Amino acid sequence: MTMETAAAGVAGGGADVTDVADVAIVGGGPAGLAAALELRRRGVPRVVVLEREAQAGGIPRHTHHSGFGLRDLHRLLSGPAYAARYVEKARAAGVELRTSTSVTGWSGAREIELTSPGGRTRLQAAAIILATGCRERPRAARLIPGARPLGVLTTGALQQLVYLEGQRIGARAVIVGAEHVSFSAVATLAHGGARTIALVTDDVTHQSVAPLVWATAGWRRVPLVPHSAVTRIIGGRRVEAVEVTDLRSGRVRRIDCDTVVFTGDWIPDHELARAAGLIMDATRGPRVDLALATSADGVFAAGNLVHAAEAADVAALSGRHAARAAHAFLQERRGGSAEPALAIECRPPLRWISPGVLGGGTLPPRGRFVLRVDERVWRGALEVSQGLRCVWREPPRALLPGRSVRLEAAWVASIDPYGPAPVVRVAGA
Amino acid sequence: MSTGRPYDVAVIGAGVVGAAIARDLARTNATTLLLEAGSDVGAGTSKANTAILHTGYDAKPGTLEARLVRRGYDLLARHAPEAGIPVERLGAVLVAWDEEQVAALPAIAEAARRNGYDAVRPLTAAELYAREPHLGTGALAALAIPDESIICPFTTPLAFATDAVVNGATLELEAPLLAVAADDDPDLHVLTTPRGVFRARWVVNAAGLYADAIDRLFGHDGFTVTPRRGELLVFDKLARPLVRHIVLPVPTRTTKGVLVSPTVFGNVMVGPTAEDVPDKTAAESTGAGLRGLLARARRLVPGLAAEEVTAVYVGLRAATEHGDYQIRLDPARRYVCVGGIRSTGLTASMAIAEYVCAGMRDAGLALVPRDDTRSVRMPNLGEAFPRPYQCADLIAREPDYGAIVCHCERVTRREILDAAAATIPARSLDGLRRRTRATLGRCQGFFCVAAVARLLADASGRSMGELLALDDDAAGR
Repeated sequence: MTMETAAAGVAGGGADVTDVADVAIVGGGPAGLAAALELRRRGVPRVVVLEREAQAGGIPRHTHHSGFGLRDLHRLLSGPAYAARYVEKARAAGVELRTSTSVTGWSGAREIELTSPGGRTRLQAAAIILATGCRERPRAARLIPGARPLGVLTTGALQQLVYLEGQRIGARAVIVGAEHVSFSAVATLAHGGARTIALVTDDVTHQSVAPLVWATAGWRRVPLVPHSAVTRIIGGRRVEAVEVTDLRSGRVRRIDCDTVVFTGDWIPDHELARAAGLIMDATRGPRVDLALATSADGVFAAGNLVHAAEAADVAALSGRHAARAAHAFLQERRGGSAEPALAIECRPPLRWISPGVLGGGTLPPRGRFVLRVDERVWRGALEVSQGLRCVWREPPRALLPGRSVRLEAAWVASIDPYGPAPVVRVAGA
Repeated sequence: MSTGRPYDVAVIGAGVVGAAIARDLARTNATTLLLEAGSDVGAGTSKANTAILHTGYDAKPGTLEARLVRRGYDLLARHAPEAGIPVERLGAVLVAWDEEQVAALPAIAEAARRNGYDAVRPLTAAELYAREPHLGTGALAALAIPDESIICPFTTPLAFATDAVVNGATLELEAPLLAVAADDDPDLHVLTTPRGVFRARWVVNAAGLYADAIDRLFGHDGFTVTPRRGELLVFDKLARPLVRHIVLPVPTRTTKGVLVSPTVFGNVMVGPTAEDVPDKTAAESTGAGLRGLLARARRLVPGLAAEEVTAVYVGLRAATEHGDYQIRLDPARRYVCVGGIRSTGLTASMAIAEYVCAGMRDAGLALVPRDDTRSVRMPNLGEAFPRPYQCADLIAREPDYGAIVCHCERVTRREILDAAAATIPARSLDGLRRRTRATLGRCQGFFCVAAVARLLADASGRSMGELLALDDDAAGR
């Protein structure tokens, strides 16, 4: 018998060693590292961060524009500088940072299975914080038909090819999406030598902010193609063109290009959360209460795993919030709150609200709830009611799909924990 | 101009059938050449199919296909574990959703018996739902077909071709057959390809979609291949607990219909569509096809509505105007045509090889089995068997088997290096995917494609730019 590789025909198993920690944090991006720092600041002795990549820091490692660190570090940094700063701080604070270490499963309620070049081990922790982040939906998940040529990317892959590997990316690119990250992709493509020839969105216009749009697409005169969708990819070895369909008229036109970037449409990277059997929420992340406690005792979730996608500093603040709750859990040895978990319902066009259940205190991260709308509302007032009683109403404003809609949390104190589920709706919708 | 020593047999086409034939030949005293038009083994029709190891219960009794599928099942089910080809014997349930379909079940069970397969059993609706609790409501009755299995469509042709090469066969990639001529020696064919001119005593045409064109080069005109496009949706691995068996519909006169099945990679697959297309390169998915499959998937297994689609595959089956395989031997010209091998080809491949070799032997080709052959064991890609990242002892010996690079599919750094250094090495990202699963998962490269391409580039001596623009799927025919 000739073994084609050293791994051919191997048997599973082998020695598993079990290690212990006070808190194990899965994911060494902004949320995970900020959580670790907060726990160390509060004197928790053994805080272990498990990062599957060779370098910790998460997505900011390959996001080269500025604008990082405003809300958490109170300074403006580029993505890589921000990531490096968190790694440095974590090491200085005595966080045990294990890179190239994948959490490949659960072996107990608060015990995880680790795989690394160092071997297979288990880690038992008094509390666990999941901070596994999010990813963009790729082309297949969006069911975009056509050929399967090279040159079809997500922004994440694009950034890594351009900034980590120094690759040149084609000449003419079409971007699918018109949210913040889509405009960041315009700049990344330009850095990689490609001109963006269209941003295609099904909305009536973009969902970003004027300064970012101007700094990326505006001065480059990149046309925005509204109420349209890419409905076919054409190509052989490499992308040759896309077909773009106008969703109002049904008219189809062809745009020649060699690159297509699918941006945004984020989904939490929730495999580990689901493997634990956690109750999931409409955000597609684990359902959490105001303390970011999941449905499993002593297991917390933070950052873009909870709802995707926020900026890195917002994810970091969510990490701090979860760390405070995990610390309290370590001291009290009890999970959640004594009150029943009261789910918050939301009505269309609201898709979800996060946190999705009350309990665990009175304030969510940053003192606000985050919601998503499925379609653009030019002027809508968010309204919270319990039964027939209206408990909160915000001034009307524009609600944009693909963007976080915030809702102040002051109303939480006036909710009857034994009453019916509070309902959030857009007044007038 | 003819170059080099003549081969005893040249096999045209390194799909699963051609590779199986080359493997059998390489295990004899015959010298064997395997010519492939594309840039990799198993990269045409073989790579995008329903990946089912069929018992042949539903074949048309008395056909060559029925016989070879039955025999092929036994051969491949026995060979797979030795060769490291993942197979899971999940069994199938064939579900009747209306009274007309219920009435069709006894005839299906009877046809299975006539095909020599006796294990088909009727199931009541209650028994069916006990076996498939997540199935949509409304099923009235079913048949259990306990031996239907799932198999890895990527490893199977690679295992055959690797075995052939290890035992002395010559593999030439990117070598489409351009012309056939007679040599000065009347016993030899002269085969012209862009990779050179080769001479061979016998030629086996296993060219799949192009078998009719090759057949005409040899002066025959027995059939025309009309590609039948099949689109497949692959759901996230998190959907795997929703489906336990291969869930089959009652076939109609025109189609076997859309099935739902787990895959050996731990996903759930729905498909295929069936649409005759004029173009042998029309491996494009369609909006109508994908929407139709999604709707069907959600009806059959409502829980799939909450799961993400991970990938879309499109395959072209080599359908002909005939209802059976088109395997014909022309002893005078020392030529065998292996055409019209439809979706059952993966199952039947080893039996087709056995049948073709026996035919050539009867026609006077001396094929003497060697006693110094080597068997090959491929690295495992299946979820039902240990993957390298799960093997502590292996990681202790080779730490890079613990360095996961593709996180969704849990492919390690060392597996990527192995694929670049394999007997038939990965030459492209697609080739790497079929050897390791790298980037095939739910993120489709969001997290890892740069790192994976860098590893393959460094290990294979190619530039990243070349790898990212090299596409053997679309250009390789």
